[in-house]
Amino acid sequence: MSAQSSSSTEMQTLPNGPGSAALLAAGIGALMLAILAIAGDKILWFKSMMIFSKPTGPLSGVTTCAIAAWLIAWWILDRRWRRRSVSSRVSVVALVLLGLGFLLTFPPIADLF
Amino acid sequence: MEITTRGLLTLIHGMGFGALYLMACSGALVEIYRCCHAQTGPQNDDRHDLFLANYLTAMAAVAWLAVLSGTYIVYPWYRATPPAGTTDLAGFPQRLLMASPATAGWHSIGMEWKEHVAWLVPIAITMAAAVCRRYGGGLKSHRELRTAVLGFVWASLLAAGVAGFFGAMLNKNAPVQGGTTMRIMEGGEK
Repeated sequence: MSAQSSSSTEMQTLPNGPGSAALLAAGIGALMLAILAIAGDKILWFKSMMIFSKPTGPLSGVTTCAIAAWLIAWWILDRRWRRRSVSSRVSVVALVLLGLGFLLTFPPIADLF
Repeated sequence: MEITTRGLLTLIHGMGFGALYLMACSGALVEIYRCCHAQTGPQNDDRHDLFLANYLTAMAAVAWLAVLSGTYIVYPWYRATPPAGTTDLAGFPQRLLMASPATAGWHSIGMEWKEHVAWLVPIAITMAAAVCRRYGGGLKSHRELRTAVLGFVWASLLAAGVAGFFGAMLNKNAPVQGGTTMRIMEGGEK
């Protein structure tokens, strides 16, 4: 019981750093997914480089690389911000990156590049 | 009543994982909101926080199953290339859609968007699950974090909705078929 309450107290006093790291990394992952998808569609050599699984085609490499970028960004940011408080603007930036990632996956917008 | 193995696996991907995720989303949004705003005792808080973290983790598992089964099981059947000279494109959904200007958009916009936007879902919900597990009720004291987490869960709902809508429409216009045919039950004349 006391262990549970001490864990609760830790959660209450946790700085916003780890949460901001997770949010920003997710935003980076979302944007990377869109950028890689556009590159995989437009650049021929990049497209063939992204074929990690032949039946799935370039989608396999694009998604694997985006997931890797997201996890690496999360790991790096979490190490840096684990015990720190960071600006609340980080959450806003994360949402903006997610929004951009969302819009850039929409083919008529992606085709503008 | 018959169904092919490819049809069954497409059904599990869309109606099983995809639809389950969409249904679970509304619960997650309500729970995150309630967790951060409800006035309850500390013991109830702990139990509810754990429930929310487990709920979001289960949603993340469903989201990963949906994108992985879609990308590596169903999508290869969808984009299969027919041998030269094939005239019946029924077993090649992408080519079937692109063969007519009336249906080409379902691939060039629908599938092209769906195959990428769906991957935002596991990223967003895995992050939300991790943040809720790490902070628990502590999220109440970080307004900007909980607002952003809610934003990501809303975005995951939207992305899953886009993927689900186009998945259903693609399968309506050019169903993924093939493999062994399984008879589910015998139908009689009425």
